Amino acid sequence: MADYTKEFLMMTKAYEASGGDPASLSDGRIAGLTVSHRKILRSNDAPGVRIDGEATPTGVKAKITVDPGANVEYPVHLCFGVLPKEGIQEIVSEFHVGDGAKVTFLAHCVFPNAVKVRHVMDARIHVGKHASLQYSETHYHGEEGGVEVLPTARIVVDEGGTYRSLFKLVQGTAGDLRIDYEADIGKNALCEMDARVYGKRNDSIRVKESLYLNGEKSRGLAKSRIVASDHCVSEVVGEAIGNAPGARGHVDCLEIVKGKDARASAVPRLLVVDDRAKLTHEAAIGSVDKKQVETLMARGLTEEESVDIVVRGILR
Amino acid sequence: MLHLVDIGLVVEGRPILHDLNLRVLPGEIHAILGMNGAGKSTLASVVMGLSGASPTSGNIYFRGDDITALPISARAKLGITLAWQEPARFEGLTVGEYLELGSHGPRAGGPPAEKCLRLVGLPPDRYLRRTVDSTLSGGERKRVELASILSMGPLLSILDEPDSGIDALSLNLILDAVRVLAKNGASVLLITHQIEVAGSADRASFLCGGTILRTGDPREIGRFFRMHCQECPNMGALPGEVALHG
Repeated sequence: MADYTKEFLMMTKAYEASGGDPASLSDGRIAGLTVSHRKILRSNDAPGVRIDGEATPTGVKAKITVDPGANVEYPVHLCFGVLPKEGIQEIVSEFHVGDGAKVTFLAHCVFPNAVKVRHVMDARIHVGKHASLQYSETHYHGEEGGVEVLPTARIVVDEGGTYRSLFKLVQGTAGDLRIDYEADIGKNALCEMDARVYGKRNDSIRVKESLYLNGEKSRGLAKSRIVASDHCVSEVVGEAIGNAPGARGHVDCLEIVKGKDARASAVPRLLVVDDRAKLTHEAAIGSVDKKQVETLMARGLTEEESVDIVVRGILR
Repeated sequence: MLHLVDIGLVVEGRPILHDLNLRVLPGEIHAILGMNGAGKSTLASVVMGLSGASPTSGNIYFRGDDITALPISARAKLGITLAWQEPARFEGLTVGEYLELGSHGPRAGGPPAEKCLRLVGLPPDRYLRRTVDSTLSGGERKRVELASILSMGPLLSILDEPDSGIDALSLNLILDAVRVLAKNGASVLLITHQIEVAGSADRASFLCGGTILRTGDPREIGRFFRMHCQECPNMGALPGEVALHG
């Protein structure tokens, strides 16, 4: 069997650089999956969590199952990365969270040396009845901007279930990022999707978050916070479709444009099918709010420092 | 401490302030009393140097130096700061971090954040980690703003209607905090349209139609305000067209 120790150490370093705790990748108590390019370097189960992974010609296929009723003590750690300058990585994943289970995922996607890397994440997520899944995903794409990242997720939240996700890409460059998340939200279920991205140089960012409020009294939030600087182009599409009585959906988009060459657009789309559903949206696009900046300047900060604090706060 | 000389401000051809003269003495609480639209908040913006509020005539002196051309940050570093009537909200910035910004002031900060919060009636253990965003009520946000001013240890605080949106029970607490500012050696420019609040000042000036018409004892200014502003003869008049009272 091949020895991936060196590669694992390198992945651990990249993981740490992106904000992850490297010790958690080796901790036997913590369920986790570490994938470097097309190799599974480590896969570990924990009480209530089973991870089945297999390498494919283009990446890895993984199935993660959380037992019904399990209250998973430690967050499940996922680490996907490509260390060489070039490569393609396709992750096809399934998440099954059993009825009444409670679990948190901490995912890190790292491409620290990328010059021409393509990362595709195709996820199918099923949150059982009255189950809870929190998914936090942090990306680090290096400084070259040569990354193409296409995360796609199809999420189903059953009755009384909760799904919350946070996607963060605020360090390094984004490259070409195209997020496409879509959730089918059941009766009394909740889905919150939050994406935060800092675009620089020639980055191209597209975030699409869709909420299908299919169950009675289902609730959804599609939130995005994008900062576009330099020559970055960003587009956010936030959708909410109210298909059931008492459903409540909200699309919340804030995009800050820094510099004269950056571009940002927002397309909220609300569709009420059942007239007892209620959908709302708020979108703000523009430079950093003048009042916020002047408030901080009145505390003695320079204009540049003030803008930085506002931007960092938004992306936090 | 602060001396405004013949300040005029014209915005898009419309005079907002004119021939405005004002002296704020060291360590005094100086109330600016006036009706809505008199130019009170504009005066605050002019002293702080906010964008769109550069005087078109006149000069601003702070501790004897002409600061008319200085940007906001430079004025803040000299010890001037402003609490907005409707303070901005910040995603991702905690109350504790917001108060920490006070260390950029001239005295490298005032009292610790915990103490400043207590002074405005906010328990630190419940507020330090809260975010200065829309989850704070209007009244809470105003108190946090005043606490942040306290934490800066300024030499001149401009407080734009610190009493608006504050419940009656908390008002005394707010006014006590204003007195703490003065006790710590700061001058306070207290902008209000409430006679009772102006009454807590050492001196008061009456602002009408973009200019200061009178300065004196707060009770006397309050009486003047009550007598002449109930049925204001200048309502709707442009600054410069104001009929002088008394």
